[in-house]
Amino acid sequence: MTDNPSLLAAEHIGKSFIGMKALDDVSFDVRAGEIHALLGENGAGKSTLIKVLTGVYRPDAGVIKLDGQAVNVRDTQHAQKLGIGTVYQEVNLLPNMSVADNLFIGRQPMRFGFTDRRLMEKRSREILAQYDLDLDVTSDLSRYSVAVQQLVAIARAVDMSGRILILDEPTASLDSHETEILFAILRQLKARGLGIVFITHFLDQVYEICDRVTVLRNGKLAGSATTEVLPKIELVSLMLGRTLAVATHNVRRARPAPKVRQFSFKGLGRSRSIAPFDLDIGQGEVIGMAGLLGSGRTETARLLFGIDAADKGQASIEGKPVHIRTPREAVALGFGLCPEDRKSDGIIGDLSVRENISLALQAQRGWFNRLSRREQIALADKFVRALDIRTTDIEKPVKLLSGGNQQKVILARWLATSPRFLILDEPTRGIDVGAHAEIIALINQLCDDGMALLVISSEIDEIVAYSTRVVVLRDRVHRGELSGDDITTSNIMQMIAADPEGATA
Amino acid sequence: MNRLSKAALTKAAPQLLSLALILFLNYLAFPGFFEIRLQDGRLFGSLIDVLNRGAPVIILAIGMTTVIASRGVDLSVGAVMAVSGALAATMTVAGYPVPVVILAALGTGLLCGLWNGILVAYFDLQPIVATLILMVAGRGIAQLITEGSIVTFNEPGLIFFGTGSFAGIPMPILIAAFLLFVAITVVRRTALGLLIESIGINRSASSYAGLNSKLLLLVIYSFCGFCAALAGIIIAADIRGADANNAGLWLELDAILAVVIGGTSLFGGRFSILMSALGAIIIQAMNTGILLSGFPPEYNLILKALVIIVILLAQSFSSLGGWAFLKAEFRSKGAKR
Repeated sequence: MTDNPSLLAAEHIGKSFIGMKALDDVSFDVRAGEIHALLGENGAGKSTLIKVLTGVYRPDAGVIKLDGQAVNVRDTQHAQKLGIGTVYQEVNLLPNMSVADNLFIGRQPMRFGFTDRRLMEKRSREILAQYDLDLDVTSDLSRYSVAVQQLVAIARAVDMSGRILILDEPTASLDSHETEILFAILRQLKARGLGIVFITHFLDQVYEICDRVTVLRNGKLAGSATTEVLPKIELVSLMLGRTLAVATHNVRRARPAPKVRQFSFKGLGRSRSIAPFDLDIGQGEVIGMAGLLGSGRTETARLLFGIDAADKGQASIEGKPVHIRTPREAVALGFGLCPEDRKSDGIIGDLSVRENISLALQAQRGWFNRLSRREQIALADKFVRALDIRTTDIEKPVKLLSGGNQQKVILARWLATSPRFLILDEPTRGIDVGAHAEIIALINQLCDDGMALLVISSEIDEIVAYSTRVVVLRDRVHRGELSGDDITTSNIMQMIAADPEGATA
Repeated sequence: MNRLSKAALTKAAPQLLSLALILFLNYLAFPGFFEIRLQDGRLFGSLIDVLNRGAPVIILAIGMTTVIASRGVDLSVGAVMAVSGALAATMTVAGYPVPVVILAALGTGLLCGLWNGILVAYFDLQPIVATLILMVAGRGIAQLITEGSIVTFNEPGLIFFGTGSFAGIPMPILIAAFLLFVAITVVRRTALGLLIESIGINRSASSYAGLNSKLLLLVIYSFCGFCAALAGIIIAADIRGADANNAGLWLELDAILAVVIGGTSLFGGRFSILMSALGAIIIQAMNTGILLSGFPPEYNLILKALVIIVILLAQSFSSLGGWAFLKAEFRSKGAKR
């Protein structure tokens, strides 16, 4: 089947945004009757490539060929006319309109200038019957599950375009049963000769359903192969840009395991978010959390810190059961969290460095126990010096600082509250090399001072360097734990890549 | 401190300049504008009149500032004024003593605000929609209280709050000044000011930092309702009656305009209650000037609309980085030449 000629091919595509190369000489093609996985971490260029293929962006370089003929995709409507349909992760449908409306919106069958509802509903039933879906096409789409909505979106895209289907993380919000239904339909579409581009973060799914896989990294083509001949471990190293042979530049610091583990989480979990897990952590220890994007790392942090409420399990501190339902309650227990998305969940952009650093402590002290301006200045000065935050003035709005310095400001905000348990979600993402090293040094120092830390990172070298234990996640399940001398880059990568039922230490 | 107040003055320059300009135009239209005289132990004059008539909007603007700073808006304040005025008038006619009447009217305002706050904080309704509900329903409630008629009263104790004076200064001015002082002190001497700005700029990040943003929103909207009730009492006391249909009509827009003129962004964040009060005075100076100059009052509405357009355009322009863009454009053009 993969010997078919290319249906849609992008050749040597280049695309820049204000001097930043989002795509650099990327080639990609999908054949009829094939499911082609497109992989890469965030910012690798997947969505830019999709947008080039569907006419949202125009490439600066390269050509797009349909059936071997160069085409100029003008816009998304033109792409649909050429047969290229796209279904986005956030379903682009209208939940408060009927199923039939959603299938036909913008192209309703007309009679005497009015929508012919009877014909529209009849054709809707015919379309859905192809997918063995028996829905009431006149009822609101919102009555059906996300999975069904996704299928309706696919049905619409296939009906409108019908040659190439691009799916952007279709399984991100589906459970395993719903994913199976989706896959059955994808196999059926594949048998009908459609070319399908499948974007996902779940490696197991790649091997389950895809014929070929292409990996992007930093806007460049990292590699492309048929799934049959590509071992999973190699796929992981393609995505992370590490080969097993590379020596780690960070020196690992051995640390004794703490005698007591004060913070204990038993069977904590939340459906559709993260499978129940056990986690114990003691003061003076760093737990590294490794896994690919979407593996459930951030979801774990959100549960621990009370941003999402756990629907199962129990947390306890020093043996006493505690309830953590809001970040406020977590902070009162001495927790802190530096979130993954600094801009939307971390900094208060328009407030000054001084105010941002004072914020968590002030929230803890209450509304009427105000930190005086003098105390705030003293606090800010202390942490600006201790963490070497580069700013001309502590009165500068924090949004004007660089990413690394913003990260340090958020760290300072928590350190000001003298936390006992600090969670860092991707603390070194998107910051420059110098700040990177400083934050790692800080993690080590805080741990030596007796804090309990949980650090989530995509940088495996980094995790190896500072962790006392490493928890590895895959597909929203805590798969296993490494400790002591077992913590090596290759062990972690093997666990990330391991088969679902395979050896997970 | 000196440096700080200088910076504050520079920041307030556009508002102070426009106030000066409007006052000067008023003077041209009506040469006696700046005259103030003492008569029967009370100050009289156009300037006093501006402050006296502006007092209800100043009071509304104080509450509205905190709401807008939290990235919200309260459309219901005009209707809440009508409710509290209707309640005060009806209770007075029914013979309740003045302190009870006032506490009941203010309490009703607090409850109205609490209702708005619950919708915004706990049901996550968009503030404009949440408060629109009470904006519509409030007038209905006020009409139910007055049973559709204009309720008039003649209780000197209540009338005093509208037309009385103390030490020569009309009561509405004193009440507004006192509330202004208390509000600014509370907001800046406690952590509330910082926390309100924080949730207004980034509610998600504020929650991550452990702020109790829901409770804070409740307090903010309740306070705004309280301010509206206070303004409603003053207006009812001034006209010695409650008109459920017209009391406070469109004043929510004046209050929002005052806050915006004062420089607090509708996108929330940094705020200044004092500057909002200045905004309210600017609006009233405009109103009074047009009345004095003998133009028909219809011009007032059009002029106000023009001011709103200019201010909002300037705000969106600068929030889009318009000035920096123009500068860069200008430079690159210069370089090409």
